[in-house]
Amino acid sequence: MNDALRDLYREVILDHSRRPRNYGAMDAANRQSDGFNPLCGDRLRLFLRVEDGVVTQASFVGDGCAISTASASLLTEATRGRAEGDALQLAESFRNMVSGKREPAEAALGKLTVFAGVRDYPTRVKCATLAWHTLRAAIEQSGETVKTE
Amino acid sequence: MISAPAYDLEKVRSDFPILAQEVRGEPIAYLDNAASSQKPRAVLDAVDHVYETGYANIHRGVHVLSERATEHYERSRRRMAKFIGAQSADEVIFVRGTTEGLNLVASSLGRYALRAGDEVLLTGMEHHSNIVPWQMVADLTGAKVLAAPVTDRGELDMDAFTALLGDRTRIVSVVHVSNALGTVNPVEEIARLAKERGAYLVLDGAQAAPHLTLDVQKLGCDFYCLSGHKMYAPSGIGVLWGKKRLLEAIPPYQGGGEMIRTVSFEGTTYAEPPAKFEAGTPNIAGPVGLAAAADYLESLGIPEVARHEARVREYAEACLSEVPGLRIIGTAPEKAAVVSFVMDGVHPHDLGTVLDQEGVAVRTGHHCTQPLMERFGVPATARASFGLYNTEAEVDRLAAGLHTALEVFRP
Repeated sequence: MNDALRDLYREVILDHSRRPRNYGAMDAANRQSDGFNPLCGDRLRLFLRVEDGVVTQASFVGDGCAISTASASLLTEATRGRAEGDALQLAESFRNMVSGKREPAEAALGKLTVFAGVRDYPTRVKCATLAWHTLRAAIEQSGETVKTE
Repeated sequence: MISAPAYDLEKVRSDFPILAQEVRGEPIAYLDNAASSQKPRAVLDAVDHVYETGYANIHRGVHVLSERATEHYERSRRRMAKFIGAQSADEVIFVRGTTEGLNLVASSLGRYALRAGDEVLLTGMEHHSNIVPWQMVADLTGAKVLAAPVTDRGELDMDAFTALLGDRTRIVSVVHVSNALGTVNPVEEIARLAKERGAYLVLDGAQAAPHLTLDVQKLGCDFYCLSGHKMYAPSGIGVLWGKKRLLEAIPPYQGGGEMIRTVSFEGTTYAEPPAKFEAGTPNIAGPVGLAAAADYLESLGIPEVARHEARVREYAEACLSEVPGLRIIGTAPEKAAVVSFVMDGVHPHDLGTVLDQEGVAVRTGHHCTQPLMERFGVPATARASFGLYNTEAEVDRLAAGLHTALEVFRP
């Protein structure tokens, strides 16, 4: 693997793509949204449990490339414990980073800065942002919650 | 008769200026020919020649440049008639490409031939451009669109196809060579079956034109479409061929200049084909590039080109079969220059990125054939597709890239 590839496929990304965290449907979810990238056929379904405006649990199922799977996996870790507004803010920072609009802000993004290399691959930006678009849809669809109880 | 000289791959490669460059420090290995092919110097020069010596709007011009441009354009039409074995140049309609050709046929033949309850029979391996236009005209007419299934090897299931071909089948529209699998369909047999049932046969020849000698009369179809950009000509030009009496019978597709005889607010009469289907100022230099590409292909000898490509494809299939966890999708005995595949644990999209780093261009995705991907239970494939300039050394680089991908992505 050359340096350019290593910059895109950072070890953390490969690890999360091989062993995605919080993978599986969530019975207790009260927010859910589907993401689809028609360009490459990637699909994912994101489940959130939101209590008093705070994301207490997040999980996903789906079928996608290493970038999109790792992005969804890291999203479920990064959003847990965040207020909905915070989570939306994080999604915005993430999109700014991978689209190259802003320099990656270590403080705001933490571990998610492993995706900074994506900005050099314009055709892969959508792979990285799919889960985050889906997150926004899940949070903003306040009326359409999954009935679990 | 002068027989074609032996296939000189080095010479052929030197005819394509774009192949001389490096991408990311590696010589480009362009294995995405089913999406679009590169252009030889002869095609580029032919197009330049039009703009430098004989360009103006065609037809009706009394001045010298218009006369020259018209001659370029109409000579190209005659050249393409010969290339596909048409009886007359009047049967050759210049279109933007296969997509426009298929939309034209679906709209005009559909409005002419389809009534509520009639059926259009397609196959499960069609490109979206041979599905969606039929769905659109089916919505207008109340006709139904059916698709004959594809076998595990990626062949058309001929028994099922024959069974679906019924009394209500008015139109059959089939891909000659599958863009996603490379399967060459038995179109002459399909033509015979369609004819027995009195159905019109439309063939999508986008992937056939660069690889096969075409003879539309021998094939027995009613309409045939091809794209220039897949056969080493510029993009934005293609051919729709139709039988003369059908082109006369079906209604026009677009209205505008050039396609009319007389216009008044009381009513309009249409020109004869081909003008009837060429409304507006067309792509004027494009046909000249297309004719030059036909000359180029025939100068190499299409059978020789096909033999070379078959050698490269078979070599690729052998190399790829040795990659652990790799599965080739589409293993029909009759195939043209395509190898489509998936790899356990490596998503096609990631594969495409790794190969690009090695200077190897392949396509990844659903190849505009979502129903076919569904049939094989995959969201996408990686596809290497070969052209007349590809080498076995490029296949070696593809295989090496796949091994790199294995190292990166397999746990």
